[in-house]
Parts: sequence; C-alpha cells; structure tokens
Amino acid sequence: MSAAFHELLHSIEATERGLEGVGYIASRPIATAVYLAHHLRKPILVEGPAGVGKTELAKAVSAWLGIPLVRMQCYEGLDESKALYEWKYGKQLLYTQILKDKLGTALGEEPGLEAALARLHGFGDLFFSEHFLEPRPLLRALREPRGAVLLVDEVDKADQEFEAFLLEILSDYQVTIPEIGTVQAVVPPIVLLTSNSMRDLGDALKRRCLHLHIGLPDAKLEGRIVATRVPGIEAGLRRQLVSFVQQLRELDLKKLPSVSETIDWARVLVLLHAHALDADLVRNTLNVLLKFESDIETAEPQLAAMLQKARREAEPVG
Amino acid sequence: MQGPLLDFLRAARSAGLRISPAESIDAVRAVEVVGFTERERLRDTLSLVLAKTVEEKRQFEECFDRFFRRDSFRTEGPVGPGAAPSAPSVSLPGEAAGGGGGGALARMLLEGDQPGLATAMEQAAAEAGLSNIALFTQVNLFTRRILERMGLQELEREIAQLGDAPAATRLRQGRDWLREQVKDFVRQHLQLFAEGENERYREQRLQQTRLTTISRRDQDRMRILVRAMARRLATQYGRNRKRDRRGQLDTRRTLRRNMGWGGTPFLTVWKQQRIEKPKLVVLCDVSGSVAALAQFLLLFLYSLKEALSGLRAFAFAGELIEVSEILEREPVEKAIPQIMDRIGFGSSNYGNSLADFERGWMQILDSRTTVIILGDGRGNRTDPRVDILKRMADRSKQIIWLNPEYRTIWGTGDSDMLRYAPHCRITAVCNTLKHLERVISDLLRDGG
Repeated sequence: MSAAFHELLHSIEATERGLEGVGYIASRPIATAVYLAHHLRKPILVEGPAGVGKTELAKAVSAWLGIPLVRMQCYEGLDESKALYEWKYGKQLLYTQILKDKLGTALGEEPGLEAALARLHGFGDLFFSEHFLEPRPLLRALREPRGAVLLVDEVDKADQEFEAFLLEILSDYQVTIPEIGTVQAVVPPIVLLTSNSMRDLGDALKRRCLHLHIGLPDAKLEGRIVATRVPGIEAGLRRQLVSFVQQLRELDLKKLPSVSETIDWARVLVLLHAHALDADLVRNTLNVLLKFESDIETAEPQLAAMLQKARREAEPVG
Repeated sequence: MQGPLLDFLRAARSAGLRISPAESIDAVRAVEVVGFTERERLRDTLSLVLAKTVEEKRQFEECFDRFFRRDSFRTEGPVGPGAAPSAPSVSLPGEAAGGGGGGALARMLLEGDQPGLATAMEQAAAEAGLSNIALFTQVNLFTRRILERMGLQELEREIAQLGDAPAATRLRQGRDWLREQVKDFVRQHLQLFAEGENERYREQRLQQTRLTTISRRDQDRMRILVRAMARRLATQYGRNRKRDRRGQLDTRRTLRRNMGWGGTPFLTVWKQQRIEKPKLVVLCDVSGSVAALAQFLLLFLYSLKEALSGLRAFAFAGELIEVSEILEREPVEKAIPQIMDRIGFGSSNYGNSLADFERGWMQILDSRTTVIILGDGRGNRTDPRVDILKRMADRSKQIIWLNPEYRTIWGTGDSDMLRYAPHCRITAVCNTLKHLERVISDLLRDGG
C-alpha cells in the first residue's frame, strides 16, 4: 500500500495539490513537511496558535490518502493503558468462570498433579492472548493493514513520562507489550503531534520529529482558505473580510482571531445574506471573531477606520 | 555534495542552534530527498529538520541567509567587466616572458573573470582550512594563506617583470582589490564559524560576575541569559508535580491496577502528594547599592511565571510600594526605571518600609506564601522594626533573605542583618547569576 502513497506523494507540488483537493490549502512549508514525513518516515510535530489548522491538517492528510485517522487526545494523567492497550479484565474473569467445568474434563484423566500441570501448560497462555487484548489508539494505528494517520493531539498536555513512552513508537514504529512481545507496524503510520506550547517538550521528542510551525496566514493565503472552506461567499465580501481580519490582528488583543474564527465569521455572513461589510453588521457579529469582552472594547473605536480600509483594499485591482 | 551542507551545519551550531548528530544525519537524508536545486525548498526542509522552536527558526533563517549569500562576489571594483575589452590589447606577462609560466591569477584579474576568481578563492580557502577559524586575530593569517595558495607570489613576480607597463598598474590595482575581497571573505567566515565560541566564553564569565558591577554594554546580554535560565527552570517545574507518600495505600487505584489478578493486590499504589507551586511575595530594596541586583531578581521571577502560582512584587527604599502592576504591563527593562523614578535612589529605611507593608498588605501572607526579601539590611541607623519581620515570619510559610554582601561583613556598621536573620528560614549571599539560579531552583524543587 505504501507504493500507492509514493505515487501520490511523488513531489512537494503534488502534495500541495493533493491537500488542496480535499479542501486544505497548505503553505509551502506544510506541504514540504508532509512530503518529508513520508519519505523520511518521521513524525511531524506541529506547533502554532490555536485554530490555525493543526488538527485539520491530519484530517486532510487522512482524507487525501484514503486511510483512517486514529486520533488520540492527550491530557494530564494519560497512561499506556489508555493509549496503547488494556486487558479485557471482565472478559477474562467471565471466561475463567465458564471454563471452570471444562477444566475438570480436560484434566480429569490425568493421574497426578504434575501431569495435570504439564497438560495445562500444553494449552498455552489462554488468558493473555490477542482475544483478551483491548487495543487503544496507538496499537490500533500500528495494526491498520493499509496504514493510518496517527494524530497525537495536544501532546504538551500529557505528562512527561508519557512523552518518554511515545519515543519507541515514534522512532521505530513499534511497541512492546510485556505479555505478548513487540508489535511492529504493518505499514508505518504517518504521525502528527500537535502542541499549543503549554510547556516546552523534551529534547528527545523534538529530536525525533520534523518541527513544523504554522503561524497565522497572510492575506493571500487566508483568502484562498476562506474561498475553499466557504464556497458560497462572494469574492468582494471575501476580500473585505480577509482584509478586516488582517487589520484586527495588528491590534493589541488578548487573543488574536485565527483562521478558524475567520471561517466561522465567513459562514455567519453568508447565513445573514450579507453582500458587503457595514458597521452595524460587523458590530453585531464581532463576537464570532473576538472571544474576550476587553478585546471587543479595544477594537470597537477603530472599527470605522478598519472597515474603510477593508473596503478600499477589496476593490478589484485594475 | 555533503561538503557545503556539513559546513552549514557547523555554521548553524556556531550561531547558537543546538544540532545533534542524529539531526545532522536527518538533514543529509532530507536533502537527498529534496535536492539542492532550489534554495527556498532547501530552506524549508532544513528548517523542518534542524530548528525546533520558533526562536530557533528565526535564528536558523538568519544563519541560512548569511551562509548562502556569502559566496556572491562583489561586482564593483577596479577589475569589473568594464575592464575586459581592453584586456586583450595588453600582452600577458606569462606570454611576454615566453615561458609557460602559470599566470592564471593574472589572466583572471585582467580579464575580470569573477566566477573564476571566486572559485579559486573558495578552493584555496578550503585548502587552508578556513572553516577552523576561531579568533579575529587570525584574519590576516588566513588572508595571507589563501592569497598564497591562489598564486600571489607568482603575481608579484609578474608585476615586477612588467616594470612600468600599463598592465602592471592594472595588475597592482587588481592585487589590492583581491586582497580586500579575500579579507572580507575571511571576516565573513569568522562571523559564521567563530561567533558561537566567543559568545559561549563570554556567557560563562558573565554568569560569575557580580551583578552590581556589570557594565551597561553587557546588560542586554545578561537579560537574555537570565531569560534563558528562567525558561529552563520553568520547563522543569512548570507542571503540576506529585510525590509518593509512602505508607498510605491508594485503595481505589490499587484495586484497578490489580484487576488482572482478580483483585489480589500484587502491586501496591501509594497515595500521592501534590507539590505545590510556590506563591511568592518579593520585597526588593531598590536603593543605590542593591538596585542592579533587584532588576535581575525581578526579571528572573517574571520570566518564571508559569512555575509560580502567584507573584506580588514590592519595591522599597525610604518607603514601600507595590510594583506588580507596572511589571506586568511593561517589560522589566522599562519597568525598573519607572519604579526608580517613583521611589528609588533614596537612602533605605527598612523599619519604615516594613511598617508600610504591615499596614497595607499583611493580609496577603498566608501559610502557603514564601516571602523573599532582597536587600543589604543597612537601614542607615533607623529602627529596624524586627518585630514586624517576626510577625511576617509567623504568618507566612517562610522568609528567604538574599543579601548581596558577603557574610563576613553582615552586622558591621549600620547593617541590621544579624538581627533580621533569626526570623528567616534561609539567609543567603546572592550577587551573581549563579547564586540567583541556585536559590530559585531550590525553592522550586521543594515547592516553596
């Protein structure tokens, strides 16, 4: 199956086009990262502010390559029994009860204790076998027959110990289960880790990854993103909207509006059948873009000037 | 094609990027996949592999641009392309002498063969081992070596042979121009490869210098150092930490852990204790002698915020004011002068300042608060009001007193340090960055 990926991922341009095909406008560094991740078999660590499309990138890659997305959300206290595998304790207990009677018949004819034990050994490790193994996201991703996109979301929220535990998977695409042995990936998954820089990640983890930083996009790129994500929007309105958001980002705000907010706002405007931005409309819908009362207060007095500039910039060139 | 890449890796390391051997290998593999042909693409690729934080990405891009720009030869100069048309009319010294004498350098100079000269220079530089340059005193040495390898001696001989012919003048000009070019080239290399070495040496020295005597020129660098130090501590202690409390069984988690054995507790799980992030109240003496130190302490603590659960800062000289707000609003280097304007540079009065604190803010001290006082304890023979410090010690978890003076002179002259000391859990000499780091990291480790 890996060969099919090779065909899709034969160049950086092809990667860029492919992602665009599933509605993800990738900047050049993003496309390069995905391309290299496949060819070097390395995970990508994606950092950047909230809402710039870190998680979205993983979804797009999975949609484009047609392989399942296995998502693992990290949080404090996450451990391997939730991330990798767990034994189905209930099932094990139940089976011991049911098999109790069978045990008698199976061992019944044996004369002594030692012979019975020897016979029991002959059955193998019944209860710690694949049947009683509950695979969690990491193991699932390794066992996908056609490969998978493994998204380890917000890895900075997990504990440091968990980070260390990830290392084996990230460098060799294998995990070790004490009772069974080492599980090797059928097809190495494409791994993306995202982080909001809540804390600095360990050097060991960073060293094993390609490091991609996605920042807030420039006007041109953002225009293309809005056009793909909200196809119903008119070109004039789109240019006004993008210019307005870009100006908003230059203000001294607590939380800058990111791409996801721009898209939300575009959808709201389309729903309201707006054709152009005007002061009332912006004032009423500003809370889609700005999530803090103090930010709205900062932006309010400058709305008129920003709107005017947005209208001017949106004039079709030539 | 690995030569230039390895040179670049060395340059990047010297520019302050931390690149491990594993990452170097990755870089080589990545470049094999994308190729050398397109500079933008190469830059994206190496940035993905080598730079692992936003700050590093910026450094990387700077270094990348500097490195790959260096090989462009300056085009202006006496031997520009404009000189070329007249060149054929001048008979080359090699031919004039009638022998097959090399004269390659002279020919290139006369013909204005820029690419040829540049190639020859690169080659000579590689032979002379230019990328090992470490000190600025080596610039002349390397310049001479490179020129010699490019055939300077021969050129000199040819000039001498030609005597007063017009070609000689041109060659002389060309030689001087070439010398400048090579010198520039060597200097660029010095910048690329040696900067890191000097920087490291300097930083080591700065960490051990008394903070009160640091010159204005070094202050910026100190701030960067302090921030880096604080960041390191913050990553280490910025998270919630737990510690096993041996002896108390966590029944719920023990049962769950042992489900696999039908609930028979083979493995025990102990209850854990959270290590709390310290809650700090800092009182800084900002009168003359201690002010420089106060600046670095405040900078340190404010860079550490994520590892602390609360931080209130006060400054005092003759009287005491709260400065948390100024420090939160402004970067420390701007905030300190503002604070100084308001109360600084007076003679300190510890008794009065402590009384101010008791009147206004005593209620913010509770059993989880650590009080850090930074000062020399010299109150100019005013009443030290040790009783207030005792009450503060009773209310708070602990008091840590940092004194820039050495222990031997505590208590001499107007110093009240020895009278304050019994109420402090820790008294420490603190006047270099190293001291500061030690005190603060002890505090963070034990959870304040």
